[in-house]
Amino acid sequence: MSEILELNHQIETTAVSENLFFACYTDDVPQNGGACVKYKDTQIAIFNFTRRGEWYATQNLCPHKQQMALSRGMIGSTGHDCEPKVACPFHKKTFSLKSGDCLSGDDYSIKIYPVLIEEGKVYIRID
Amino acid sequence: MSAKQKKNIIIIGNGMVGYKFCEKIIAKSDDFNLIVFGEEPRRAYDRVHLSEYFNGKTAEDLSMSPANWYQENHITLHLADPILEINRQNKTVHSQKGILQPYDYLVLATGSSAFVPNIPGVEKEGVFVYRTIEDLELMKNYALKAKKGAVMGGGLLGLEAAKALLDLGIAETHVIEFAPRLMPRQIDSAGSKLLQNKLQELGLQIHLNKSTSEIVGNGKIEALAFNDDTQLELDMLVISAGIRPRDELAKLAGLEVGTRGGILVNEKLQTSDPNIFAIGECALYKDMIYGLVAPGYEMAEVVAANICQQEKYFYGFDMSTKLKLIGVDVASFGDAFVTEPEGRTIVFEDTHKGIYKRINITNDGKYLLGGILIGDADAYNILLQTVNNKIVLPPNPEDLILGSRGGETDGGAGVMSLPDDALICSCEAVTKGMICSAVSDGTASSIDDIKKCTKAGTGCGGCVPLVKDLITGTMQENGVYIKNVICEHFDYSRQELLDLIKINKIKDYDTALDHFGKGDGCEVCKPAIANILAGIWNDLILKQDTIQDSNDRFLANIQKGGTYSVVPRIPGGEITPEKLIVIGQVAKKYNLYTKITGGQRIDLFGAHLSDLPAIWEELIDAGFESGHAYGKSLRTVKSCVGSTWCRFGLQDSVSFAIEVEDRYKGLRSPHKLKGGVSGCIRECAEAQSKDFGIIATEKGYNLYVCGNGGSKPQHALLLAADIDKETCIKYLDRFLMFYVRTADPLTRTATWLNKMEGGITYLKNVIINDSLGIAEELEAAMHYHVDTYKCEWKAAIENPEMRKRFAHFVNAPEEKDPTVKFAPMREQIKAEAW
Ligand code: SRM
Ligand SMILES: Cc1cc2nc3c(=O)[nH]c(=O)nc-3n(C[C@H](O)[C@H](O)[C@H](O)COP(=O)(O)OP(=O)(O)OC[C@H]3O[C@@H](n4cnc5c(N)ncnc54)[C@H](O)[C@@H]3O)c2cc1C
Ligand code: SF4
Ligand code: FES
Repeated sequence: MSEILELNHQIETTAVSENLFFACYTDDVPQNGGACVKYKDTQIAIFNFTRRGEWYATQNLCPHKQQMALSRGMIGSTGHDCEPKVACPFHKKTFSLKSGDCLSGDDYSIKIYPVLIEEGKVYIRID
Repeated sequence: MSAKQKKNIIIIGNGMVGYKFCEKIIAKSDDFNLIVFGEEPRRAYDRVHLSEYFNGKTAEDLSMSPANWYQENHITLHLADPILEINRQNKTVHSQKGILQPYDYLVLATGSSAFVPNIPGVEKEGVFVYRTIEDLELMKNYALKAKKGAVMGGGLLGLEAAKALLDLGIAETHVIEFAPRLMPRQIDSAGSKLLQNKLQELGLQIHLNKSTSEIVGNGKIEALAFNDDTQLELDMLVISAGIRPRDELAKLAGLEVGTRGGILVNEKLQTSDPNIFAIGECALYKDMIYGLVAPGYEMAEVVAANICQQEKYFYGFDMSTKLKLIGVDVASFGDAFVTEPEGRTIVFEDTHKGIYKRINITNDGKYLLGGILIGDADAYNILLQTVNNKIVLPPNPEDLILGSRGGETDGGAGVMSLPDDALICSCEAVTKGMICSAVSDGTASSIDDIKKCTKAGTGCGGCVPLVKDLITGTMQENGVYIKNVICEHFDYSRQELLDLIKINKIKDYDTALDHFGKGDGCEVCKPAIANILAGIWNDLILKQDTIQDSNDRFLANIQKGGTYSVVPRIPGGEITPEKLIVIGQVAKKYNLYTKITGGQRIDLFGAHLSDLPAIWEELIDAGFESGHAYGKSLRTVKSCVGSTWCRFGLQDSVSFAIEVEDRYKGLRSPHKLKGGVSGCIRECAEAQSKDFGIIATEKGYNLYVCGNGGSKPQHALLLAADIDKETCIKYLDRFLMFYVRTADPLTRTATWLNKMEGGITYLKNVIINDSLGIAEELEAAMHYHVDTYKCEWKAAIENPEMRKRFAHFVNAPEEKDPTVKFAPMREQIKAEAW
């Protein structure tokens, strides 16, 4: 988490960054759940982890069977350090929302994007 | 010891066994310099799971170690640099790239190569072998333009290669076997016949007793010609006719090799030169090449131990195997082929289900010698243990393959009776003793812990069920109370949580987590609690959409490709022509595939997420309701036509089915629920295969409960006979509510009853005699459910906030998911394959 917060912090301090993409409003994303946004030809899943007051964004594509579905997955946490995660709705493979690593023992990983929230708007940083 | 004094061990071959040797020796000692030469361009990878390369695994995924493993462990690795010569006088090796390296010990782990028989035309384009990632890459490219393929060889590897051809999209795939049966080394002809049927069902064409005379074609393969003067047209061929140990280097160095190949070794795996060892598939021990990975790992262990001055010997290895071939379990263990007079054989065959089991026992019936399992190999581990540990057989040895039929199961007791030195994980040589002591001393309490501390279960994974039983068994023996908790976030069973939630009047997930749980929840406890909440309060589930399971979240079943299915309720299977027309119109308008389901209703497949509300709006306008095909709740109550039309009908089964379906629709339960009502004992509604079944009698109805179709079908048991309608509904109310209250998550009624102490007698007592004094409360709870039922789809489409959630893109709600693709199928569409 700390890296993402740091990145978020960077985004804030750089003020105007051309890599920031206005994705949607905060209330477009259900509490403790996800929604999908379209950025050019890319689908990005955004998660509103209300319980922890955190936001995450990842690719929407599940690497297991190439399904555009992660935004429809359930989020939660695992382990002693409460690693935040999302479970794909298809076969319940889980992925860390922090590192993008697959937590169900496969060697997949998903791309993660830093998120910035400002005045009720959700921004995503695209590299 | 300084680096200079360290002795050099050179390992030739960076395959699975060569790699394992490095792992073993560094675990034992750091007194050696390890230098590895590999001919292949990449680090050792998991050849056993090579085929997964076609299912999307990359070479890196298959790698045995992380990229920096060799460096971190100070192992020098030369890749793409085969050793060309061994100079035994000077104790040096010479590599292709010109490296001259002295050794103190030399380990040959050169493996084997595919054996290619000497048939005219093998050099033609389109002919492949199946051994390395490079082979697979070549096949993959060639398969793009191929339509017909074949594998020469119906052994274990050949069938695996055939599966690969199917995966590559070659619809017409043949298997050509010279012998009269498949997998001739592992299974007998009855087993082969059954396997053959199964494989044919899956689209493979099997040819036995076929010997190939020529590979025909102009430059590239066009057909195979056989000795019986027939021909088979082909675009590509994979040869899998056996393996050839790679002993060429050893031969050149003057080491002794076998007449049919293989480097001769003794029980220390020493070759004829005591400083040179051979392990894995290149080694020939007592006339035997061990073509499996587990014996190779054992050899690696023995050499590593001997070099470190420990005494360890290789005395041959059990060649038992269990694998899943194209989805069919195949296992052979111990001596699979013993016949009279050496032993006796018990065979069980069910051609209907595609199961074949054979066990061979000693003439006195005391010991198990070996056997074959096809179609259902669940018993493999325990049978193998029974052979290897010479466990005395029970008085009815057939129970081993039939399961004991007295209703009593032995649970975990079978595993706990194994001796401590019973080898549980043969890939990693982990014994029962090692696993149990890890559990007893507190190092491990889960399968993941065991994997970490003993490596058991990390190889082929076949022993995992056995390891789990051992963990539970040991904990029980140590008096640890194994609590049936739902997940890491809640230290309670479903039943305990249900009571807590009810007593404390908890209405939402977060409050439950704050009060009784920890962490942030997960995909196990969220839907479980969602289900409990729905079962008690019967509130709209979409009020808490993000804790619902995949299908409940959008009130539809998610399908391949990300579309959803729509199943309106059609109680009892009765539908008017008007309603049928509406279904047809809706399907046409939204381009949905329609099918009559096995539950007497109609499923409309392939709906875009964003179309769901509009589709349901039209259906609801026409008088339909949600069919809850997505929920853990009542599905259908199947009916036969009954006394209204049928000449045998004793009661009006359709009316009763509709009444019952309407009563329990929307009831959330630990798993889905199905019912059936038949008009007479001919049982056309298959009521006895349902969670509850009603069969009309002369005097009234017989009520059956806890039946199940699915993978382990079970007939329902009689709860009450000749009762009237009212009593029937009263018992059903109690029965269903009792199930909702007490079953574990995702447990169907049949499994719930199987686990219930006292079984059906106990259940009868609770439901009919009210032995727990809760009947009234159960009935009240059911009345509450019936009174508060609402069609959740109706509620969803009427609520703009909820409706909004059915968009694929929140920032472009009008756009559909562009990745959704359909393919034509007969006159309709289907989801594209993944
Ligand atoms: C549509 C249908 C097949 C068909 O074309 O006929 C069907 C389709 C599915 N079945 Fe079924 N089952 C269908 C009748 C059955 C039957 C036959 C019956 O109900 O008479 C059975 C065996 C009877 C039984 O349940 O005991 C059946 C046993 C299963 C099982 C195994 C349950 C078990 O206890 O082992 C599953 C898996 C599960 O629920 O975990 C399953 C799961 C599924 C799922 C929901 C798989 C999934 O999670 O995506 C399929 C959803 C398809 C979709 O997208 O809509 N389906 N399924 C049938 C729908 C009936 C209906 O109108 O609601
Ligand atoms: C498709 C497939 C499926 C299989 N499935 C199973 C299964 O389900 N269960 C099971 O137990 N086994 C299975 N096996 C067999 C298993 O993969 C082998 O038993 C195992 O890989 C043997 O390991 P090895 O190290 O002896 O040989 P290999 O893994 O073949 O490694 C030998 C290495 O040495 C290299 N080499 C050879 N000569 C030289 C040289 N002169 N200099 C340098 N390097 C050299 C080779 O290039 C190769 O990389 C399967 C094999 C295949 C091909
Ligand atoms: S169960 Fe009886 S009433 Fe129903 S269709 Fe069959 S024979 Fe007729
Ligand atoms: S598609 Fe995501 S887990 Fe299978």
